[in-house]
This record gives sequence, C-alpha cells and structure tokens, in this order.
Amino acid sequence: MTETGSSIRMSAGTKIYLYVSLTIIAAVVVVPLLTTALGGFKTLGDLRINPFGLPAEWQWSNYTDILFGDRYWRQMMNSLIIATLTVFLTVSVAAMAAFTFAHVRFFGSNFLLNYFLIGLMFPAATAILPLFIRIRDLGLLNTYWGVVLPQVAFGLGMSILLFRNYFRNLPEELFQAAFVDGCGYMRFFWHVTLPLSRPIIATVAIVSFVASWNSYILPLIMLNSESIYPWPLGIMVYRGEFGTEWQLVLAFITLTILPTIIVFFLAQKHIIAGLTAGAVKS
Amino acid sequence: MTNVSATTAIGHAADARRVARRKSPTARGRLPVLILFLPPALLLFTIFVIMPMGEAAWYSLYRWDGYGLPEQFVGLRNFEVLFGNGAFLTALKNNFLIIVVSLLLQIPLAIWLAMMLANRIKGVIVFRLIFFLPYVLADVAAGLIWRFVYDGDYGLFAAVAGFLGVETPYVLADKDLAIYAVLAVVVWKYFGFHMMLFIAGLQSLDKSVLEAAEIDGATGWQKFRFVTLPLLGSTLRLSVFFAVVGSLQLFDMIMPLTGGGPFNSTQTMVTFLYNFGVTRMQVGLGSAVGVVLFVICVTLAFSYKRIFMRHD
Repeated sequence: MTETGSSIRMSAGTKIYLYVSLTIIAAVVVVPLLTTALGGFKTLGDLRINPFGLPAEWQWSNYTDILFGDRYWRQMMNSLIIATLTVFLTVSVAAMAAFTFAHVRFFGSNFLLNYFLIGLMFPAATAILPLFIRIRDLGLLNTYWGVVLPQVAFGLGMSILLFRNYFRNLPEELFQAAFVDGCGYMRFFWHVTLPLSRPIIATVAIVSFVASWNSYILPLIMLNSESIYPWPLGIMVYRGEFGTEWQLVLAFITLTILPTIIVFFLAQKHIIAGLTAGAVKS
Repeated sequence: MTNVSATTAIGHAADARRVARRKSPTARGRLPVLILFLPPALLLFTIFVIMPMGEAAWYSLYRWDGYGLPEQFVGLRNFEVLFGNGAFLTALKNNFLIIVVSLLLQIPLAIWLAMMLANRIKGVIVFRLIFFLPYVLADVAAGLIWRFVYDGDYGLFAAVAGFLGVETPYVLADKDLAIYAVLAVVVWKYFGFHMMLFIAGLQSLDKSVLEAAEIDGATGWQKFRFVTLPLLGSTLRLSVFFAVVGSLQLFDMIMPLTGGGPFNSTQTMVTFLYNFGVTRMQVGLGSAVGVVLFVICVTLAFSYKRIFMRHD
C-alpha cells in the first residue's frame, strides 16, 4: 500500500475506494466550516429553514457591521500583541539558555537541563490557581504581561530542547575554528549560531505563535476587561451577548478564524512542518 | 501544545550525560555567558512554572479564598471532598473516555488516512491540507462551530432531523449524549495532526523492506500488519503520547460546547478545576485538582517511558 509508483499498478476499484473514502472524510471536515461561513451571510429565518445551502439573499451587512466596528480589530490587535511578545521572548530566552547547554561546559549543566525538562511533563492548567495568585501579587493582572510571562515560561522546556538539539548538531569544526581565532561565546552565538539556526528559530516561533494565538485558559483567568481580551475570549463574550442570533455569531467566528486559514494556506508547508517537527524532533 | 513529550525529556537525561563527556573546545568568557544567558530562562521558569506547582501542593492542604495568607489548615480534607464529589468522578471518567476514544478511534483513523495519502494519487496535497486544517483552528472556534452544528433549532443536526422527519435531538442538552458529541469534536479537531505524524513516519520507512515483502508474495494486509506497522512503532508511541497528554488537559473546547454541563456530565478535570476552583475562588480545592492532574501526568510519563520507550 505504501510502495512507490503504486499509482501505476493501482486498479480502478482501489482508486474509487480511495477517493470515495477521502472525499467523505474531507466533507466531514469542510461542511461545518463552510456552513459557518455561509451562515454568516444569512438571516436568522433563512438559517433556520436552510442551514446547508446558499443564502436566499446575501446579507453582507452581517460581516460589514463587524468589520466596520472596532471590537473585532481590537481583539485581533490584542491577540497579535500577546503572540508577538510571546514569540519574541520565547525565542530569545530559550535560544540563549539552550546555547549554554549545547556549548558551554559548566558544573550542574545536566541538572539544570533536566530541571527545565520537568516543564514538559505537566500542563499550565495544573498550577493555574497559584499562577493567578502570583500574577495578582505581582500587579500584572489584566495586563498583556500577565498572559505573556506564564505562556513563555510554560513553552520554555520544549523550546530549549529543540534549540539545544539543533545547536549540538551544527558542525563541530565551526567551534574549533572560531575559538582558535579567539572568538568568544557571545560573538559566536550572535554571528555563527543564530544565522545558522533559521530553520529551528522558525519552528519554535511557529509553535509558540500558534499556541499563543489560540490560547484561551490563561487569558481567561488573567484578564478581566474586554478592552484587552484576545479573540478567543472576545468571541465567547460576543456569543454570550448575541446568544441565539446565530447568523451574527457565525459571521464573527468566520472573521476571527479567517486570518488563521489564510496564513495556513499561504505558509502551509512551513506551518505543517513546524507543528509536526516540533513534536517529532524533540 | 505547550506540554510535550516528557518521555523524551527523560530520554534526554542520558543524552545530556554523553555530551558532558564529549570533549568540546572551550573558549574564554565562560562565566559572562553563563551569567547573561541562563538567568532569564531560569527565573521565568522558576517563578511561573516550578513555584506555582509547589504552591499548588501547599495550598491544596488549606481552605483558602485567595486573600491574605492560607491559614486554615485542613490536611487532606480537600482531596476527600474531591473524591467524594460526583462531578469530579465524572470528570475523571470523562478524561479516561477521551483517552480511550483517542487511542481506539482517532489513531486508527489517522493511520488509515495516512496510508491512503502515502499513495501517489492526484490531489494528495489538497486532502492533507484539508485534514490538517482543524488542527490549526483554535479549540474555542472549533467548539463554537460545533455548538452551531449540534444546535437543535438552527444547526445541521436540526436540518438533518427535519429532513429525515424525526424529532430534533438536542444533543448537547442531553446528559447521556453530550459527552459523545464532545468526543466527536475532539476526533474532528485532532485526527489531522496524528495523520501528519504517520505520514512523516511512513515517508521515512525503508521502501526496500516493503518491496521484499511484496516479492515474497505478502498481501496488502500482511504487508501492513507485519512490516509497516512494526516499523511505525516509534511514530505510534509518539502519537499515543500526544493523544494522552492532550486528552488530560482538554478544556478550551468544552467551554464553548457545554461548559461542563448538562448536570456536569461533560466535565473534565480542567473544566472542573475552573468551574469549582477558579470561579468560586476555592483555592484549596482547585489546587487539589491540580495536584491530582500533576500526579496523573507524571505517573503516566514515567510508566510510559518504562513500558514503551525501552527500545528507543
């Protein structure tokens, strides 16, 4: 079944079986998404009689009202700020720590690395209440940092592991040459390691960006004013407000997931590679 | 996906030891680099990961509303309350159910699709993209979309029921059915990720072994059962691990779908923690849930490592 060139030998029956199965599963994936997007163009009555099909009359106002209001853009902006800060901090902090684990020999290096790897073993949810109290006592409640710092901290274990494995596989000769020439660690990190590590930086950045963009539980607990809500919180508030006016809720959902879908299709190779390699390579 | 492979975490201990022994060149300025590069990560990690975990263990022994200092020591009372609470027991059962469904339904589905998409047929790339798409969507968005699909008045279920002329089922409001509705969404959201893992695994297989099996006259099923599947061992273990870890922390998707209801029938450990610990500021009880979850995660990580990772 997995042999190369099987397309040549594959019988018509097998082909039909393949395409029919694949199409059915694809329909299960796509139909809810399409109905959501189309539903946003309908009136509530239309939605009730005809949830599947094309709208009887295209209600563009459902979408344009959201796009011309500032609520949607504010939430997107908040998400973007939180995700950007998270990515920037995760990449820089994890890369620096991983560099010391990969290239600097020091007493307790193993112990410290394993200390960070403890973080891989449990989710942020386990410590969410003490985390809330800590953020409150630090005065960071209801600020971007109150969400960003815990997100970075919980992403560190994985990121350090990915960076360290990558750094260690860079050719040994580079170090010898650089160190013989009198290059110090810092310059080496900046001028040799980082420029050579673009693929892994991209992986870590994608993993932490997607995690932050979609994150719900941390903002839910740390933020309490709608003006700084990222979109997953905002969408829940919107749904709470408009309750059963599904056509508006559907339009709002569509618009909030639209950036994700566009970016996914534009950069699908990198995103799939990043998200699965992030899992496999560690 | 902040929480990943603890198994590899443990595996890397041995790995790290090997590095220490390897002779690597040393440059000058070792101390400055350590002083500058390590503390940011160390501080962040200690303050926001390790200390909260320790505090969860500490708070779990108190009755506390989060203000002032925890003073009312109650010993293991919170844990007693927890294991005597019907909603928490349902949550435990649900988490277990999610794991079972992930293993018995989702992973076989993922393998089946990966096998099909490993064929060089037209449209492979498009199918892969479509199947992976739900994984990149936020759990909250997926939950809301399915909330609509299941809606008894407006959703697809209502339409299908109307078409068939049967009474509209309100799946999410039915305490016996709701959890299965949630499970379906979990599979819908995550099978694509596992499929990608298996596609990557299949692509790294040594094709000559399969050709040899074919020359020896193995049927398609025999090839799969005795050649492909054993060779996919490490991918399978990885996939199982992600399924288990993901199932244990399920929260984001439940909130828009059911919020844990009806009658607490779809609570998971984390929604229970939120609904009973966070919203009521019962810090002791909530922390006790955290401790139970932590113990389960760590136990699983270590026993998993012991049972499955021996060969790697």
